[in-house]
Amino acid sequence: MTQAPDTTPLVKIRDIRIDGRSDETWLPIIKGVNLTLQRGQVLGLIGESGAGKSTLGLAAMGYTRDGVRISGGSVEFDGIDLLTASAAVKRDLLGKRIAYVAQSAAASFNPAHRLIDQHVEAPVQHGIAGRKDSAEDGIALYRKLRLPNPEEIGFRYPHQVSGGQLQRAMTAMAMSCRPDLIIFDEPTTALDVTTQIEVLSAIRDIVAQYNTAAIYITHDLAVVAQMADRIKVLLRGEEVETADTRTMLTAPVQDYTKSLWAVRSFERPAKPAVQKGTVPLVTVQNVDAAYGKEKVLHDVSFDIHAGRTVAVVGESGSGKSTTARCITGLLPPIAGQILFDGAPLPPDYRKRSKDQLRQIQMIYQMADTALNPRMSVGQIIARPVQFYLGLTGKAKRQRVDALLNQIELDPAEYYNRLPSELSGGQKQRIGIARALAAEPRFIICDEVTSALDQLVAEGILRLLARLQDELSLSYMFITHDLATVRAIADEVVVMKDGHVVEQGPKAEMFRPPHHAYTDLLLSSVPEMDPDWLSNLLAERGVDNIGDAAVNKL
Amino acid sequence: MIWFAAALVSFAALAWGFRLAGQAATGRAPYFRDMTFGVAYGYIFAVAALAWLVWAYMQGRSPDPAVANKFFFLRIAVEGFVVFAIGAWLFRLLGRNVGTKGTKRLFRSMPLTASFGIMMILIYVFVAVFASFLAPYGQAEIIRGVAANIMPGGDIALGGNPDFPLGTDQIGRDILSRLIYGAQNTVGIAFATTVIAFMLGGSMGFLAATLGGWLDQLLSRIVDVLMAIPSLIFALLLMTIASVWAPRLGIPQTYFMILIIAVIDSTRVYRLSRAVGQSIVVMDYIEAAKLRGEGMGYLMFKEILPNATAPLLAEFGLRFCFVFLTIASLSFLGVGIQPPLADWGTMVRDLGGFVNFAQFAPMVATPPLLAAGAIALLAVAVNFVVDWMLHRSSGLKD
Repeated sequence: MTQAPDTTPLVKIRDIRIDGRSDETWLPIIKGVNLTLQRGQVLGLIGESGAGKSTLGLAAMGYTRDGVRISGGSVEFDGIDLLTASAAVKRDLLGKRIAYVAQSAAASFNPAHRLIDQHVEAPVQHGIAGRKDSAEDGIALYRKLRLPNPEEIGFRYPHQVSGGQLQRAMTAMAMSCRPDLIIFDEPTTALDVTTQIEVLSAIRDIVAQYNTAAIYITHDLAVVAQMADRIKVLLRGEEVETADTRTMLTAPVQDYTKSLWAVRSFERPAKPAVQKGTVPLVTVQNVDAAYGKEKVLHDVSFDIHAGRTVAVVGESGSGKSTTARCITGLLPPIAGQILFDGAPLPPDYRKRSKDQLRQIQMIYQMADTALNPRMSVGQIIARPVQFYLGLTGKAKRQRVDALLNQIELDPAEYYNRLPSELSGGQKQRIGIARALAAEPRFIICDEVTSALDQLVAEGILRLLARLQDELSLSYMFITHDLATVRAIADEVVVMKDGHVVEQGPKAEMFRPPHHAYTDLLLSSVPEMDPDWLSNLLAERGVDNIGDAAVNKL
Repeated sequence: MIWFAAALVSFAALAWGFRLAGQAATGRAPYFRDMTFGVAYGYIFAVAALAWLVWAYMQGRSPDPAVANKFFFLRIAVEGFVVFAIGAWLFRLLGRNVGTKGTKRLFRSMPLTASFGIMMILIYVFVAVFASFLAPYGQAEIIRGVAANIMPGGDIALGGNPDFPLGTDQIGRDILSRLIYGAQNTVGIAFATTVIAFMLGGSMGFLAATLGGWLDQLLSRIVDVLMAIPSLIFALLLMTIASVWAPRLGIPQTYFMILIIAVIDSTRVYRLSRAVGQSIVVMDYIEAAKLRGEGMGYLMFKEILPNATAPLLAEFGLRFCFVFLTIASLSFLGVGIQPPLADWGTMVRDLGGFVNFAQFAPMVATPPLLAAGAIALLAVAVNFVVDWMLHRSSGLKD
C-alpha cells in the first residue's frame, strides 16, 4: 500500500469523548482518543470487546448509535467538522465519501431486495451515476472482488448467496461511490478460515487499487497484521499505543500489547502416547446420521481416551456438531453406535439412565443462550448438584461454592448474580461449572472459545487444561480455530462434509504430508507475520486459496 | 371545506416562516437548521389544533346554556384529561419518593401514561375490594320514597337530588352504588376468567412447544377450529345452552360464563405461549436441561415459564381488557351477568335511551356514559401499563 503524496490527514479525531447511557447515567465509553488517518492508509483498530472499537469507528463518520453521545473533542473529515456539520452536509458525505461495512453482512442486507438494487441505491441517490451505469460498475466491482458469476450474482437475493460472498458484495456496495474512507467493522469475524482468507485478499486488493483509506476494526491480531499499515490498540476506551504494523508486531512497548501478542503462544505439553489395548472412554463407531432424508454423517469413527483431549476440526457444515449430538443422544444415529467405557449407549438420550447422562456433559459455544437468563449463578450450578447427587441445603451450597472456587470465581460475589451481570468469559466459566457439577468423566466443548476475545479465551483454555489434569476429564473439543487446537489438543480429527478426512496425534497433524484439505485448512490460518498473506498469494496464486480451492478438491 | 383547505395552505406558509424565524432567532442552532419542512408544518398544525381546543373549551364554559350544552362533553373531556394528568404526575412523584429502592427506580423511568394506568388500576382494585363500605346504598336496593330517573349533578333546580349525586336509574336504584358494585362484579369476574384462560392456554401452549409432534398438531388444530368461529357469537350460543343447563344443575349461570369465556380466550393465549415457548425451547439451556434428564414439569415451569413472563404478562393485560369487554357485551345482550347484580354492561343497556338527550340536556345523557366511561377508562389504563411493559421487555431505550 503506497502512501499518497498529499500529507493533510483525511480523518482527524482529537481528544474524542463518547458516553453511553446505562441505567439513568452517562458512562464514558471512549475517554479522549486521538486518531489521524492519511489518504490511502489503512488503520487497524484492535482491542477486546467493550474496548470501544466500533464506537470509535462510527464516530469517525460523525455518527453514534442510539443511547450514545459524543460529549467532547472533534472529528474532522477532509477539513469538515462532522460534529457541527448540518444534516444536509452529512447526508452528502455518508455513503458517498464515507462508507461502512458491517460485521454481519447477512443482517445488513435487506432480504427483500436483490443485491444489485441495493448496490445502485447510493450512487443514484447521490447523483453520481445513473442506474444503468452504476449496475455495470457493480458487476465490474464484483469481478474485481472475485465473486463467482459476477454477471449474475447481483440479481440474486441475499439469502441465495453464501456468507463470504455477501461480505464481498457488501464491500463492493461500499465501493460503489468510490469513497475516500471505508470503515470495516469486523468484516471476517463470522466467517470460516477458508472463506475469511478470500474476503481478506479481496478487500486488501480493492482498497489498494482505489487508494481508499480504511479503518479496519477487529479483535484478531493476525488479521489486522495482514490488512493495516498502522495499528492502534484500545483498552477500555483509552488508547494503549499506536505504531506501524511491523514495529507494533516486533517491538510492542506497553505491557497490555505484549500480553495480547503472547496469547498465541500458549501450548500444553504433549502427553505420552496411549498404550495399546486400553479401552477408550468414548468410541464413535461407524456412525451415520441424517436430518430427515439428508445424510450428514458418513461412517464417522474415532476414539477418545480417558484424560485426553480430542479436537474435531472442520468448517461450518462439516458435521462436527452433529457428531456431538449423536454422542449426547439428541440425534440418534441411523447406523453405527456410541460406546462408553466399552459398553454401547442407548442411541436416544431419553432411553439413557440418569448415571449415563451424568457421565457426558456439554459446554456450549454461546454462553448467552446456554445459561437460563432468569436463574442466578447459584441456581444454575445447584440444579445438577441436587439433581444428580441429591444434595440439599448446606451440603448443596458448599458444593456450589467449591465449584465456583474451582472455576476461579469468588462464591460470595457471584452466587446471586444473574447471567446478564457477567462478562462473556465469566458466563463461559459458569457453563463449565454447570458441566463439572454433574461430576462427569467426559465433556464435549462445542466451540467454547470462538465467541470470546483472545485473552479471555486463553484463560478459559488454561482453566480447562488445569481441570483436566486435576479431575482426569476427557474432552471432545469442537473448533474451527487451529490455534486452539495447537494449544490444547492431544489428538486431532479433521472433518469435511460429514466424513473424517484425517485423524491422528497433534504432532503428526501439524507436520506434512497431510491430506489436501487439512493442508488447506492449516495454510488458511492467518499468522502474525504481516507478509503472510502476500507470500501465500504469491506462492499459491489467487485461485488456489479459500473456498475456490475447497471446491476444487 | 374551502376555508379548511385555505387554512391548510396558509399553515404551509406559516411553517416556512416559523422555521426561518427559528433559524434566525437561534443563530442556526442544529435543531432548527436540520428541521425538515414536515416537522415545521407539524408544529404549526399542532398550535392551530390546540388553539381550536381552547376556543371550544371556552365555548363550553359560556354562560349561554345553548352554546355551553353543545360543547359540554368536550369540556368534561378536557377537564378530565387535565385532572387525570395532574393526578398521574402526583402519583409518579409519590412513587419516586416513597417505597423501596427498586420501585423508586421503576417510577423514575416511568412515562406519565404508565403511572396513570397504574394509578387507575389501583383505584379500581380499591373500589372493587371495598365496594360494600364505599357504596352508600346496596346494589339491588330500590330506595323507598325516591323517584326513578333522578338527573345526575344533584342540582335541584334541574331535577336532581343532592343525596344521589349521580342520580337514580329507571327503577330508582342509586347509580353511584351500582357503579361501585359494578367494579366488583365486572372486574372480579373478568380477572377470574383471565386467570383461568391463562392457566389453560399457557400450560397447553408450553406443552405443545416442548413436545411438538402429534400432540402439537392436535392441540393446534383444535385451537384453529375454535378460533375460526366468531368468538362473540360462539359465546352467545354456548351461553344460551348454559342458561338451560344452569337451573337444572343448580350452578349459577355466572360460573358457566366464566368457563365459556375462559375457554374461548385460552385459544389466543395458547397461540402466544406456543410461539413464545417455541423460541425458548431451541435455546441451549433447554437442551442442557433435557440432556440432564429433567422431567416435563421442570422444563415447562422452571426453565420456560420464567423466560416467557414478559410477553405473557403483557398479553394478560390485553386479554383482561378483551374479556372485560366480552362480559360487558354479553351483559349488554342480556345473557351475561344476571340482574339484580350490578354490571356496567347491563347499565349501559338499561340507561342507553338517555343518550338521545345529549344535544339539549347533556346532564340527562350522562348515566349510560358513566358506566361506559368506567369500562373505557379501565381498558385505556390497562393498555397504557401493557404498552409500557412491552416497551421495557423489548429492551427499547428512549
